[in-house]
Amino acid sequence: MNTGFYPGCSLNGTSREYNESVRAVAAELGLKLTEIDDWNCCGATAAHSMSRELSVALPARVLALAERQGFDEVLVPCASCYNRLSVAAHELARDEELAAKVGAAVGMAYSGKVRIVNVLQYLQEHAAQLLPGKIRHNFAHRVACYYGCLLVRPHKVLGFDRLEDPQSMDGMMRAIGAEPIDWAFKTECCGAGLSVSRTDLVGKLSANILGDARDRGAEAVVVACPMCHSNLDMRRTAINKCLDEPTDIPVLYITQAIGLALGLSRKALGLQRHIVEVKLQ
Amino acid sequence: MSKIGVFICHCGENIGATVDCAKVAEAAASMEGVAFATDYKYMCSDPGQTLIKNAIREHRLDGVVVGACSPRMHEPTFRKACAEAGLNPYLCEIANLREHCSWVHPKGDDTTEKAIEIVHGLVEKVRRNSPLTPIHVPITKKALVIGGGIAGIQAALDIANCGHKVILVEKEPSIGGHMSQLSETFPTLDCSQCILTPRMVEVAQHPNITLYTYAELDSLSGFIGNFEAKIRLKAKSIDESLCTGCGLCTTKCPQKKIPSEFNAGLGRRTAIYVPFPQAVPNKPVIDKEHCTHYRTGKCGVCEKVCPTHAIRFGQEDRIINEQVGAVVVTTGFNVLGTDFFPEYGYGRYADVITGLQFERLASASGPTLGEIRRPSDGKVPEKVVFIACCGSRDPAKGIPYCSKICCMYTAKHAMLYQHKVHGGESYVFYMDIRAGGKNYEEFVRRAIEEDHVNYVRGRVARIYEKEGKLIVKGVDTLLGATPVEIEADMVVLATAGVSNQGSEELAQKLHISYDPYKFFAEAHPKLRPVETNTAGIFVAGACQAPKDIPETVATASGAAAKVAALFSQPDLVREPLVAVVNRSAPPVFSTCVGCFMCQTACPYQAIEREEIKDRSGKVIKVVAKVNPGLCQGCGTCVAFCRSKSIDLQGFSNQQMFAEVEALLETTN
Repeated sequence: MNTGFYPGCSLNGTSREYNESVRAVAAELGLKLTEIDDWNCCGATAAHSMSRELSVALPARVLALAERQGFDEVLVPCASCYNRLSVAAHELARDEELAAKVGAAVGMAYSGKVRIVNVLQYLQEHAAQLLPGKIRHNFAHRVACYYGCLLVRPHKVLGFDRLEDPQSMDGMMRAIGAEPIDWAFKTECCGAGLSVSRTDLVGKLSANILGDARDRGAEAVVVACPMCHSNLDMRRTAINKCLDEPTDIPVLYITQAIGLALGLSRKALGLQRHIVEVKLQ
Repeated sequence: MSKIGVFICHCGENIGATVDCAKVAEAAASMEGVAFATDYKYMCSDPGQTLIKNAIREHRLDGVVVGACSPRMHEPTFRKACAEAGLNPYLCEIANLREHCSWVHPKGDDTTEKAIEIVHGLVEKVRRNSPLTPIHVPITKKALVIGGGIAGIQAALDIANCGHKVILVEKEPSIGGHMSQLSETFPTLDCSQCILTPRMVEVAQHPNITLYTYAELDSLSGFIGNFEAKIRLKAKSIDESLCTGCGLCTTKCPQKKIPSEFNAGLGRRTAIYVPFPQAVPNKPVIDKEHCTHYRTGKCGVCEKVCPTHAIRFGQEDRIINEQVGAVVVTTGFNVLGTDFFPEYGYGRYADVITGLQFERLASASGPTLGEIRRPSDGKVPEKVVFIACCGSRDPAKGIPYCSKICCMYTAKHAMLYQHKVHGGESYVFYMDIRAGGKNYEEFVRRAIEEDHVNYVRGRVARIYEKEGKLIVKGVDTLLGATPVEIEADMVVLATAGVSNQGSEELAQKLHISYDPYKFFAEAHPKLRPVETNTAGIFVAGACQAPKDIPETVATASGAAAKVAALFSQPDLVREPLVAVVNRSAPPVFSTCVGCFMCQTACPYQAIEREEIKDRSGKVIKVVAKVNPGLCQGCGTCVAFCRSKSIDLQGFSNQQMFAEVEALLETTN
């Protein structure tokens, strides 16, 4: 299996630690990840609020590159990139007219052969069977697995996990000795891109998430999305304003939690980059 | 030299607008063997039929071809007209000029030419037709009803009251079905048990009804009027002739914690049990899966305490054969599992229950004796949320169709709750209120206006527990999609109605069709709503689609009327379009060599072995013989026969070849 790696913009900016930890975990498990050469932005929220064609063309170029460079699948850790790439592939496969237009604009055709996988799928399919022999010490903590909006929706396009009660992250957490809690905000919105324009709203929505996780005894929130991470971690001041009592519950990427269980250094996993300190071992 | 009459119908404009009918008639007149040809605007009308009849008499016709619509539409009409004029009806054939020609082609010479070719083919076939006589088959005037819910009960009683014998088979230990589990029924709020149990008793006591409970259909063979059913009587582990139904065994059984199916899991039962006190028959069965004796060989308390020594641990399933003339399938429906909407927390939170469980809570015979108490701690809930369309009308996660009964029973549930818990608060989340039915809309309005049930139009996104309350998060779409959060004590889910377990398997046993949701399919959704595509098998009630009680009972009576109509005839007349093995004079007797390839090919088990004997009784030859009662005229055996000894009456090889050759000839 030749797996391409599409980091996207976030993993080179605000969520460098996600990038670092994905690569570190893959390397530790002996899994080869090759970054797609000459990749571009997926268009994120901006493109699809302006032009449908552009919102498909940008990911289409990434997919066409991946196909040309001979990858069978492409790992997309950022939930938003994963979503955009999947939507683009879905639309290209169903709209010939659009596919022709986009193909002309990109200058490369995309035949739809490359499988798009998110980090949870990748870990389940490639890492899970390697973990048992590699775990140095269990990540024995109560964790709230937070999936957010984009990993499972729209279900018609992604077809990944259970829509309202996803389980894949919970399964991975159990595999490293953690205890995922039963809670109510697994797939609720954190406020996403309103982080800049309506920080107050993000504070309120993210406070619901962190408040419930804390009240149900979670020691950490585990995520697989740069946007969710930055809101839950970076907007802590705004969040704490909405909570009866401020919380210092840390927010980890799933790959950081797994990395800790594999005995990787905190630095290799980028844990020092968080706003809210991660004290868990 | 044959004298065939050809009659071309314009079918108003259906054929006439595209095909030049006069030209077709003119062309037909010059075909070999045709003595008379004409066209007319409406051949199926009275003047049209008279035209045919007069022509038969006047020209002494020995064959008729009507160029008209599909034979499925008017073949019987024209054959009857021919018969009235003294012509054997099987000498009349239909050339389909409408579906096969005028409807599918534009107006033009080519279309007319095609019509002529079709007519020519049929003329050639009719030249080789021979007179046939319908087959008479006896009818066994006894019906089998499968499923003892209200539909089966109604159908069985109606048929039995017409004076016919009925066998009613029910897979559970008692008849009564879902209706026996209900508390009160919409829109009148009369007690379900009070209207049902007298009928259950009537079934048990009716001299024309034989009731087999704890029994299932094993297989069904045969055909309309002459079915043979193998019925499996599951071992009840008791001798019913000795058991008096005293119930001592059920009070002494040490296995007391088995979830009661009758109480939808809210109550407990013992391993030897009667599903409910009003059960018919009111005699227990042993649930082998949970019984200590069957699991470990120990216990046997019931055997020791039984005053009449009726316990029979060694009893085995028994299979009985019954000859029946008709079958009514009334196997009902099921309530969908709840695991596909995990966001509602069913199974995780004890106080999130299904509508059927609420029925048991509200029922006087239920685990709380009719008091609304929540399952977790037995407290009376002060605030209850009802969620309609749980799984219904949800193509993404559930089923795309509407379960039909939920709007009404949810209104009833909320109303019953308000009647029983004064000061209680109830909310109903709904998509639309579908209250089409006599007094239904008024009933819902009564719930809203008189009983102050709060109807919220919107979906519920999630339910979670917080500090002992169930937080119901939803949206009110009539208030501009305002998010709504209700702290409820209990939540009732109106889960979708789905086909019953095993319905697919049963349909295959019966050779009846079913839809993608595994509900049984009716022969026609409007005009033949209780018949199936298999003659002699009828359907009624919620095994066709979710239905409420009035509709279920109506279809059950409808199916019973169909059975009674069938049984009112002295015998069954069938089309003679069946396969026959040729016969000739001794010493050949038949060209059949007795290889019996046909027997393996026949899907209907219609081919038998026949021994041909000489005067001394010595077997000279064994040949195949077609049972005309079983044969469906499919022709598979004809294709398989190596010695060309089988032919299909009305569709012989000779006729078919002549028809095809005529088509090719005209083209050239």
